[in-house]
Amino acid sequence: MLEHYLSLFVKAVFVENILLAFFLGMCSFLAVSKKVETAVGLGLAVTFVLTITAPTNWFIHEYILKEGALAWAGEQFGSVDLSFLNFITFIATIAAMVQLVEMVIDKYSPKLYAALGIFLPLIAVNCAILGASLFMVEREYTLGESVVFGFGSGIGWFLAIVAMASIRTKIRYSNVPSGLKGLGITMLITGLMSMAFMLFSGIQL
Amino acid sequence: MRVLEKLFDKYRPQFERGGKYHKLYPLFEMMDTILLWTNARTESGPHVRDALDLKRFMMMVVVALLPATIFGIYNIGYQHYQAVGASVGSGEMFEFGLIKFLPIVIVSYLVGGFWEVLFAVVRKHEVNEGFLVTGLLFPLVLPPTIPLWQVAVAISFGVVIGKEVFGGTGMNILNPALTARAFVFFAYPGKISGDKVWTAIDSAKDKLVDTFTGATPLLVASNTEAGSTAVQTLNHATQQFANVHYGFWDMFYGLIPGSIGETSTLAILVGGLLLIITGVASWRIIVAVFAGGYGMAWLMNILAGPGSGGMFTLPPHYHLVMGGFALGAVFMATDPVSASQTRAGKWIYGILIGVLAILVRTVNPAYPEGMMLAILFMNIFAPFIDYYVIKAHLKRRLKRA
Repeated sequence: MLEHYLSLFVKAVFVENILLAFFLGMCSFLAVSKKVETAVGLGLAVTFVLTITAPTNWFIHEYILKEGALAWAGEQFGSVDLSFLNFITFIATIAAMVQLVEMVIDKYSPKLYAALGIFLPLIAVNCAILGASLFMVEREYTLGESVVFGFGSGIGWFLAIVAMASIRTKIRYSNVPSGLKGLGITMLITGLMSMAFMLFSGIQL
Repeated sequence: MRVLEKLFDKYRPQFERGGKYHKLYPLFEMMDTILLWTNARTESGPHVRDALDLKRFMMMVVVALLPATIFGIYNIGYQHYQAVGASVGSGEMFEFGLIKFLPIVIVSYLVGGFWEVLFAVVRKHEVNEGFLVTGLLFPLVLPPTIPLWQVAVAISFGVVIGKEVFGGTGMNILNPALTARAFVFFAYPGKISGDKVWTAIDSAKDKLVDTFTGATPLLVASNTEAGSTAVQTLNHATQQFANVHYGFWDMFYGLIPGSIGETSTLAILVGGLLLIITGVASWRIIVAVFAGGYGMAWLMNILAGPGSGGMFTLPPHYHLVMGGFALGAVFMATDPVSASQTRAGKWIYGILIGVLAILVRTVNPAYPEGMMLAILFMNIFAPFIDYYVIKAHLKRRLKRA
C-alpha cells in the first residue's frame, strides 16, 4: 500500500508534472517566478491548497455529485447524477480554501502576504488546482490516493516554480534580445525545462 | 607572426567604428584574437592578469576532446569493417571513419558558426570560442549515420535557442550541445536511437557478416531476459554475434557501437586528465558524477530481485564504461556555465547527475540511456542549488560574526 502511494507521489511530482507535462497553472508560474523567495512562498501555498482541496473535492464528488452518490439520502435519489456540477462546485470549494489560506498567511506572515499580492487570491483560479481535482475524478482515485496526488502535484509545481525563479535570478543580467525580455524568455525556459523533465517520461510505476 | 600583426593592423581601421566594414567587426575581431592577442583592456575591476582568457580556455577543451575524437573516427571504420567481415589495416579504418565523420563536423561548424556570427554581427557582441567546443561536442554525441540535414537543424536549435537567445556565451542555462542532441532525440528518434544507427553501413551495398548486431551494449543489457544477469547477456551477445565484443575491457577501450565520441572511456579519461590538470574542468563535478553513478548502480544491485529487469543486475563498474556516462561526466556536466558554481553545489549537482542517469537506465524502459537528460535536468536545477548553498553560507557567516 505504502509502495503504491509512493509511486503515485513520484509520478505526480516527476513523471506527470502538472506544470511541465500538462502546462497547468502557467499564469502564476510565469508571473510570480521573478524572485526565489516569493516563488517558494507561492509554491508552498499552492501545495497546501492542492493537498486540502483534492480530498475535499473527493468527498463532495463521492457523496454528493457522483452518479448514484446521493443514495444515502433516500431511495428516490439513488439515480440522481449531479456530476455536471463538478466544475462549479470544485471552483467554489477551491475559492473557499484559498480564502482560508489567505487569512492564515495574512495573520502569520504579512511579508509573504504582501509579496504574493494579487496572486494569492488568484490561486483560486489557478488551473493546476482545478486540474488536479478533475484528474482525480477522471482517474477514479480513492481518498488516500487523492491526498497523495494533490500533495504530489503541489510539490511538482513547487519544484518547477522555484527552479524557474532561480534561473530567472541567474539570467537577470543576461543580455537577452530586447524582443524576448521578460515573458518571452520565460516561455522559452519553460519549454527547455519540460524537455529536461522528459527524463522521467515513460517510467512505469 | 610579425607579418600577421602588420596585416591585421593595416586593415583594423576599416573594421573599426566609422570604417568601411565596421559591421563585420565581430568577424575581424574573432580572427584577430584567435591568431594573435586582444588589444582590449578590461576597464573595470576585478582584474586578473593571466594568459588564460576565454578563448584559450575553450581551446583547451577542444584539445582535450581530441583523443576521444580521433578514437571515435577510428571506431567508425572499425565497426564498419567488423560488420562487413573484412580485415583491413587501421589506416583504412581511419580513412573510412574520416569520410563519415568530417561531413558531420563540417556541417555542425558551418551552420552553428553561421548563427553565431549572425548574432554577433546583429547584436554587436564578440564571436566567442565557446562555439568551437559546442560545434565539436555535438557531432561526438551523434551516431555516425545521422543525416546531415538533421545535424544542421539540431545545431541551429542548440545554438539559437540553447544559447543565443539568452545573450550568448556565458549566459546559457543548458549545455548547448546537449540541447541540440535532445532536440534530435525527440524530433527524429528513429535516427538516433534503436539498434540500426550506430554502425555505418550501407544496406544496399554492404554484405554483412551472418551474425550481425548494431545494438549498443546498453541496449543489449536492457533487453536482458528474466533469470539471467546483464553481464551474462552481454557475454552471450559477444559469443553470438561476430562483429561485437561486450567485455568490460572492450567497453573501457571503446571498440563498441555507440555515438561517435562516447565509446572510449579511456580516451575520454585522457582528455579529462588534461582538463583537470589545467583547471579547466572542475574535478569535483567529475568525481561526484562517477561517485553518484557508482553508488546508485550499487544500490540497484542490492535492490535487484528475481523479478526485476536486467539492468538492475549490471555491476556498477560496467555502468561507468557504457554509453555516454564518461563523456557526459567529463565534458558535458562540467560545462562551467550551466553547472553549479559553488563548491558544495558542484558536489550535489554531480552526484545527482550520476544518480539520475543510472536511475533512468535501470527503471525507465523508454530510454536505455539517461545521461543526456540527467545532465539537462540538473542544469535546470543548478541555479536553485547555488541559491541555497549561498544562502546557507550567508547564514553561517552571520552567525559567526
